[in-house]
This record gives sequence, structure tokens and C-alpha cells, in this order.
Amino acid sequence: MTEIAVISGKGGTGKSSISAAFATLNCKVVLADCDVDAANLYLIFNPSNEEDEIYISGYKAVIDYSKCTNCRSCINQCRFDAISLINDKTVISELACDGCFLCSRICPENAIGMVPSNKSRMYSGSFRNGKMVYGRLAPGEENSGKLVNMVRSKAKKISGESGIETILLDGPPGIGCPVISTLTGVNKVVIVTEPSFSGINDMQRVMEVLRKFNLRAFIVINKYDLNVTLSARIKEWCGQNGIELAGQLPFDKNMVDAMIQGKSIIEYNPDLKISKEIHKIWCKILKTD
Amino acid sequence: MIKIAIASGKGGTGKTFVATNLFYTLLLKKYRAILVDCDAEAPNAVAFFETKEIEKSEVNQLVPVIDINKCTFCGKCHEYCNYNAIFILPPMKIINVIEDLCHGCGACSVACIADAISERPVSLGKVETYSVNGLPALFEARMNIGVMSPVPVIKAAIKKIDNHADIAILDAPPGTSCPFIQTVSSADYVILVTEPTPFGFSDLKQSAATLNKINKPYGVIINRAGLGDNSVYEWLKENNTPLLLEIPFDKGIASIYSNGQLLVKKNKKYKTLFNGLMKTIHQLFNTF
Ligand code: SF4
Ligand code: SF4
Ligand code: SF4
Ligand code: SF4
Repeated sequence: MTEIAVISGKGGTGKSSISAAFATLNCKVVLADCDVDAANLYLIFNPSNEEDEIYISGYKAVIDYSKCTNCRSCINQCRFDAISLINDKTVISELACDGCFLCSRICPENAIGMVPSNKSRMYSGSFRNGKMVYGRLAPGEENSGKLVNMVRSKAKKISGESGIETILLDGPPGIGCPVISTLTGVNKVVIVTEPSFSGINDMQRVMEVLRKFNLRAFIVINKYDLNVTLSARIKEWCGQNGIELAGQLPFDKNMVDAMIQGKSIIEYNPDLKISKEIHKIWCKILKTD
Repeated sequence: MIKIAIASGKGGTGKTFVATNLFYTLLLKKYRAILVDCDAEAPNAVAFFETKEIEKSEVNQLVPVIDINKCTFCGKCHEYCNYNAIFILPPMKIINVIEDLCHGCGACSVACIADAISERPVSLGKVETYSVNGLPALFEARMNIGVMSPVPVIKAAIKKIDNHADIAILDAPPGTSCPFIQTVSSADYVILVTEPTPFGFSDLKQSAATLNKINKPYGVIINRAGLGDNSVYEWLKENNTPLLLEIPFDKGIASIYSNGQLLVKKNKKYKTLFNGLMKTIHQLFNTF
């Protein structure tokens, strides 16, 4: 079993389109969409829904007003400034509540209950080149990386059962908990970047995270021709830091057209220069160990 | 004083591009404007401006410290901790705090009756204040690498907003979970930046659903107009969502922006576009 994660540091670098292309090349894959906050790949692959599971992202405190005496104990104890007295009524802000249970434990009247946030789901099924698992976080729920862990263990289970050896993870943007959950214990990491000063900043930040995990990274420069000077600088930086540059891709409007047709660029037209280049990059990543 | 958050479900649709160019346009028109970079995992707005750093404040969280000489290994702190941040093996007399999992909620301190728990601050990140034209105008939230959630740093940055200013622009983090909610909930109005592609459209719908849920008014800017298809436009019409601005797709823009330059400085057409946006906002809020 090989787990390959595709991440980007910054959103909008074309990471998901490239993951979609990887997922439709020769070998079958278990595709795990770990960008649970903005899961997009199901739009292209329209997987069958064979199983769904409820994901509890956390809890929210709720007051039973028939019991509350406005004693203020909970207001004084809450560290997240989530409880306040509004017009002589003790009110909990759902947005600010971190779900720590403290108020429910200390309320002398036992007036506070904890309600699970259970609107998020994890789906799994088949798509045209293998199996797919994806999480969908309900709007406003906490993305703590736990859903990512759930998606990953499901993907591993499916890989074991189906005999599909390659698990491809499409990761979330940023450097926080969901990214760390995506990276922990994977075999290879592909970082998709773009030649802009913000793209470079974010790539370097995400590399620092990778270093902490001792992970091997491959860099792909997407839309390299939008700024060849900066692309050259990324190459140079990779060289200086001993990071492998897996390849660079031109800006190509076909990427968007393929997406609109619900296809990866490989399915849209395997003979395009960009498709061939992506194929080369994928082979390189698979071969290197 | 009005606060406007610039957000997008998916990163990279150009929200920082809109935030920085709008901020600059406001400054040119002599408004007292503030820009808060709330994208604490990947803050990039500062580099677009000539700034001077004037203040740096650490954002801390408290984590428990357990005194094993006082601890009776009763296990109550472990039971109170809803984040599994306390590891305890009473027969072996082992108790540990897993700081990475700790949210600093203080429940363990309340639980301990043996007075064995004290707390110490650990750094989550910082908020840096920069001046533009001599006035503090730019606040950057920056989360430390390895920290789990950017929310505390974002909150601290938003707290810095000086209410005497005319308008504050908040560059929101991507996604629709806690960091996004934290940012938009403190704003009076939200501008969602999207692109007319299937991914962009799907993320826009998700952001809009979140904003509807918390009753925040919003409008939409379509970036890279001309790429993609018409579904976004149809959806905006059906839902009576205002289209505030269209920014045409142009390879030239991408290369100016990629170098960290402000488009309104370089290109007259865009100066006009952003002046138009400013007027639109003006009409929305007669107050500022
Ligand atoms: S601690 Fe309980 S009784 Fe006291 S104000 Fe809070 S909810 Fe009401
Ligand atoms: S559960 Fe925790 S965060 Fe939520 S209101 Fe109670 S004390 Fe505050
Ligand atoms: S402060 Fe809260 S999260 Fe941290 S260890 Fe104590 S109970 Fe757990
Ligand atoms: S509650 Fe206090 S005494 Fe009990 S195990 Fe925790 S630290 Fe030790």
C-alpha cells in the first residue's frame, strides 16, 4: 500500500485538477478527498454512494432555561468568552462555544446540556478508475482533522479489501490540523505550487511542516509560464534545499474546460502537452522510493 | 465604522487580490482604512504595501502543568478533559499533558481538588501591526507552524481594529469552518470572491449556505470572468444575490499580481474597476 498526498499550502494552485488527472492515469487508485472543507473531486468523478457515515465534529452547550438561575458560574468559567448575560438572561454563543463541557460540569442547577454537531458526513463508493472516499463538513462545523483521519482509515480499509495498492489523498490548504492529519504517515507528498510570491511563501511554510515529519516531497510548479522568473527561483530553491522538482506545467485553459465537462484533463484529451507532462510527473512519483 | 470581510470558499480565487486592491483604493481616497489579514495559516497581504512594523504581540494559550508531588492520580482531570489531552496511568504513577491536543479550556484545573494543576502560557502565533503612511493600518495574524487551529490568533487580530477608522477590510481564511466563521461573524458585510468554474461555484454555494445560516448579508465578485461557464451567473440571478464586480480573466493580471504588485497602481482600467467597487460599498452603507 502506498499513500501519496497532494497538497499546496495555498488554495487555487490547481491542486485538485492535478489530483484528478493523477487519479485517471493507468493504475487504479483509492482516491481520498481530504479537503473536507471544500471537497470538490466528487464533482468530477460523481462516485456511487455505497456507504455514508455520520461524523460528529464536536459539541455545543445549550441552556435549559427552566432550570437556569443566572448564577453566572458558567460565565466566569468559560475560557472562550462564549457565555454572557444579555438582558438578564444567560446566553451561550453557538459560534464561540468550543464544546469543552466545562460549563455543563460545573452548573449547580444542572441546566446545561451538550448537543452533538452531527451534520457532517463521510461518503464512500466507486468511481470509474477505482474507489473513492470523501468527507463533507457541514457549514460552520469544526475542521479539526478528525474527519480527515476518518477518511484516511476508510481509504486504507478499502485498499485492503479491494487490492488497489495506491491511495491518492487530495489535501486541504494551509498548515493547520487538517493538513497535519493528511500528512501523518504517508509515503510521498506532492506539493503543487504556482510562481507567485504568495505561492512561494506558502510552499515554504508547508515545507517546514514536512520537515517536522521527515517526509519526502516532490514539487510541481503549475502555470509556470505566468511568471518564468519566479518559476526559475522556485527551481533554484528546490536545488539548494535538495527537494526534487517533479515537473512544471503550463497555464492551459483546457484544464477549466475539462472540469466543466466533468472530466480530468487526461480524460478530456490525453494527447495535450499538459496531459503528457502530468503523466510523466506521475510516473516519476510512483517510481521513486 | 464598518467591517467588510473578503472571503472565498476555496483559496486562490483572488480574495487577497481584492482585499489589497480595495484597501489601497480606499487609502488613495483618504479614507481611514484598516486591513486585517485573517488568513493566519498563509498570510500574504503585507508584502503588497510599503509598511513599517510598529508592534508585535504574542498570542498565547494556557496549558496545564501537573505537579506529581501533589497529584493523587484520582483521574478526575482526565475525565473532565474533552480533548483527550491528559494521559494517565495511575498504577504506574504516570500522568502527562499532551500539549498538542490541549485547547486551554481550564476544565482540568477546575477538576483537580488536590491543587496539583497550575498553568503556563504557550505561544500560538502573533499579531503584527504595520503602519501605512504613518498610521497603524495593517494587522497580520500569523499562526505558528505546528499549531492546530488559527482561531485564537484570528480573534486577537480582529480585536486590534481601532473603531475610529472609517472601514476595516478583513481578508478571511479559506473554507467554511471555524476560522472562516470567526472572521465573517465579526463583519457587517461579506464579499465572496469566486471564479466561474465548477469548483469555484460549488465552494461559493457552500459559503453562501454558511452565511445564510448565520444571517450575514453578502455579495459576490466574479474573478477570472470569461473562463468557465454561466452557472454562477444564473445562480446569482435565481437567488437575488448582488454581483458587485466582475474582474475579467487576463494573463497579464496574473503576472503583475504574482510579482506582489498592486494592480490599481499599474493599470488604469483596474483603478476604475476598484473605484466602482468602492462606490458600490458606499451605497450599501450610507454611513461611512
Ligand atoms: S451555571 Fe447554570 S444556573 Fe448558573 S448561569 Fe450558568 S446555566 Fe444558569
Ligand atoms: S462548553 Fe466550554 S466553550 Fe462551550 S460554553 Fe461551555 S464552557 Fe464555554
Ligand atoms: S486545559 Fe482543557 S484541554 Fe487542556 S488539558 Fe486541561 S482539560 Fe484538557
Ligand atoms: S485531578 Fe489532580 S490529583 Fe487527580 S489525577 Fe488530575 S492532577 Fe492528579
